[in-house]
Amino acid sequence: MYEGVLQDLIDELARLPGVGPKGAQRIAFHLLAADPADVRRLAETMQEMKAKATFCQTCGNVSQAERCRICADPRRDPTSICVVEEPKDVVAIERTREFRGRYHVLGGAISPLAGIGPDQLRIRELMGRLADGEVTEVILAMDPNIEGDATAAYLSRLLRSMELSVTRLASGLPVGGDLEYADEVTLGRAFAGRRSTGD
Amino acid sequence: MHVSHLSLHDFRSYDTLELGLEPGVTSLLGRNGQGKTNVVEAVDYLSRLSSHRVSGDQPLVRQGAERAVVRAAVTREGRSATLEVEINPGRSNRARVNRAALPRARDLVGLVRTVVFAPDDLALVKGDPSERRRFADDLQVLLTPRYAGTRADYDRVLKQRSSLLRTARTRGGSAAQGMLATLEVWDERLAALGAEIMVTRAAAVEQLVPLLGKAYEAVARGARRDDAVVTYRPSFEIADLTVVADVEQALLAEVARRRQDEIDRGVTLVGPHRDDLLCTLGELPVKGYASHGEGWSFALALRLASYELLRQPGDDPILVLDDVFAELDATRREQLAELVAGAEQVLVTAAVADDVPEALRGRRLTVADGQVTPDG
Ligand SMILES: Nc1ncnc2c1ncn2[C@@H]1O[C@H](COP(=O)(O)OP(=O)(O)OP(=O)(O)O)[C@@H](O)[C@H]1O
Ligand SMILES: [Mg+2]
Ligand SMILES: [Zn+2]
Repeated sequence: MYEGVLQDLIDELARLPGVGPKGAQRIAFHLLAADPADVRRLAETMQEMKAKATFCQTCGNVSQAERCRICADPRRDPTSICVVEEPKDVVAIERTREFRGRYHVLGGAISPLAGIGPDQLRIRELMGRLADGEVTEVILAMDPNIEGDATAAYLSRLLRSMELSVTRLASGLPVGGDLEYADEVTLGRAFAGRRSTGD
Repeated sequence: MHVSHLSLHDFRSYDTLELGLEPGVTSLLGRNGQGKTNVVEAVDYLSRLSSHRVSGDQPLVRQGAERAVVRAAVTREGRSATLEVEINPGRSNRARVNRAALPRARDLVGLVRTVVFAPDDLALVKGDPSERRRFADDLQVLLTPRYAGTRADYDRVLKQRSSLLRTARTRGGSAAQGMLATLEVWDERLAALGAEIMVTRAAAVEQLVPLLGKAYEAVARGARRDDAVVTYRPSFEIADLTVVADVEQALLAEVARRRQDEIDRGVTLVGPHRDDLLCTLGELPVKGYASHGEGWSFALALRLASYELLRQPGDDPILVLDDVFAELDATRREQLAELVAGAEQVLVTAAVADDVPEALRGRRLTVADGQVTPDG
C-alpha cells in the first residue's frame, strides 16, 4: 500500500478493464514521474471525451453529433445494414473496407447470465429502421461465441417474415473450423521439430 | 509417449521443481502430504488442462502466487517437444509448444495423453452419474481433442439457458414472457451441441466394451469375458444414438415435451448433462449390487480399457497410478501391476513403499519437504 493519493489512483486504475493491480501500479508511477503538462492533457482529454461523445440516434455507434459520420454520409449504401454488438466492431469492419452500407450497434449480446435479453439491446430501434422497406439486406456480424450465436439466431427468427436478405458473418476470433487446422499444424510442428537427444 | 523432464513453478506445494524422468516405471514415495500426487497431477493437467482432483484451477496455484507454470519435455516415437502451460485462475491460460505460443491454451489438449488410476476411482461405478459422465468426457477429449470445445460450448449454453429459466420463474408475469421469447433460441443450441455430445460419448462407450470385457477378465481372474459391460444411458427414451441430426430432433421434441416442467422448476431437465453410463456385471448393475471387490475390479477395468483405447501403434499413453495400491487387496494389486508393467511410462505414487508390488519396482524417488530425490 502506498500513501494517500497515489494509492487512490492505483485503486481507480485497477478498476479499468484490462488493467490488473500490477499494471495500475506501473501506470501510476509513470504518471508520477511524467511532465505535469502531459498529465493535464490526459485528464482534459478524458473529460472532453466524456462531455462530447454521445451515441448516434440512428445506429447507436459512438458519435460527436446526433447522427454519426457514417449515418450522415450520403455515399453509404442505404439499402444495407450490418448489425454488430459493440462500437469497436464497427471500427474493425471499417478497417477491412469491404462494407459500404450502414451499421446498427446493439450494445451487447443476449446473455441471461448478465441479465441481457432482447429488451436490453437496441433491437426495437433496428426494427424501426427496417420498417419503411428501404433496407433490403441485413448482415448479422455478431461475435463467434455462444452469446453471439444466440443473438444472431434470435434476430434471424425475428427478420424471417420480412422481405430481406439476411446473412450471418462471423468476425473476430477463430471459429470451429480453424481449431482443427491449428491443432494439426501445431501438433505436426511440435513433434517433427526436434529430435530427442535422449535415445 | 513419455515425459523426460518436468518443471514446475508455483504449482501446488512446489515453488520450483526440476525433475528428470525416464521411460519405464518410476515410483514417487514419501510420507503423506509431501507432494507426490502434486507431481503426477501436473503431468495429468498437461493432457486435458484439467486436474483429476479438482474442477477449478485456483487450488493448483501455490498459495500466495499469482500463476503456476507446468513445463514438460515430452518424447513421442523418438521425437521430442517442450509443452508448457501457464495457469492463470480466473483468466485465460496460456500454452506454448517449443516456446511458440498457441492461439488458445485449448490447442494443447491431447498432445499428451494420460490415464490416471486414483484412490477414489471406486466412485466411477458406485458414485453419482456425474462421475461417469466425467469419465466419458475425459476419455473423449483425449480421443478427439476438438471435443473439449464442444463440451465447453455446451456448458456455456446450459448455464445461459438455466439462468433464463431461473429468472423467468422468479420474475413471473409479462417480464417472464419477454425473457422466454429467447428460450427457443437456447433450445436449438442445446439440442445441436447436446446431440453431438451424446453421439460422440455413445460411440466411445461402444468402442470401450470389448476392451472392458478383456480387462475385467484380467483383473478379476476367472470372470467370464463378456461379464462386464458398460452402456450409454440417455436421460430419456431414444432408439438410436448414431445419427447426430436424429438425436438433435429427438432432443428438441423432448425439450418441447418438458417445457412447462422446466419453467415451473427453473432448471434444464433435458440433455447430456443428465445422462449416465450403466455398468453391469452379468445380469446385474454394479451400483447397488456388486461387492466391494467386484466394484474395484470394474473400476480398474474401466481405466485399463481406456488405456487400451488410447494406445496407438508405438505410442502408449502415460499411466499414472496415484496411491491406488493401498486401496486394493493383494491379488488385485499383483494383477494390476502385471498388466501395466510393460507400458512405456508408468508413474506410481505411494506413501508406503511396501504397498507397491514387486513387478512395479522401477526407479524410486523420495518426496519430502518439497524435494524429489533419487532413492538410495
Ligand atoms: N495451492 C497450494 N499451495 C500450497 N500448498 C498446497 C497447494 N495445494 C496443495 N498443497 C499442499 O500440498 C500437500 C499435498 O500434496 P500431495 O497431495 O501431493 O500429497 P501426497 O504426497 O500425495 O500425500 P498422500 O500420501 O497423502 O497422498 C498438502 O500439504 C497441501 O497443503
Ligand atoms: Mg497423494
Ligand atoms: Zn449512426
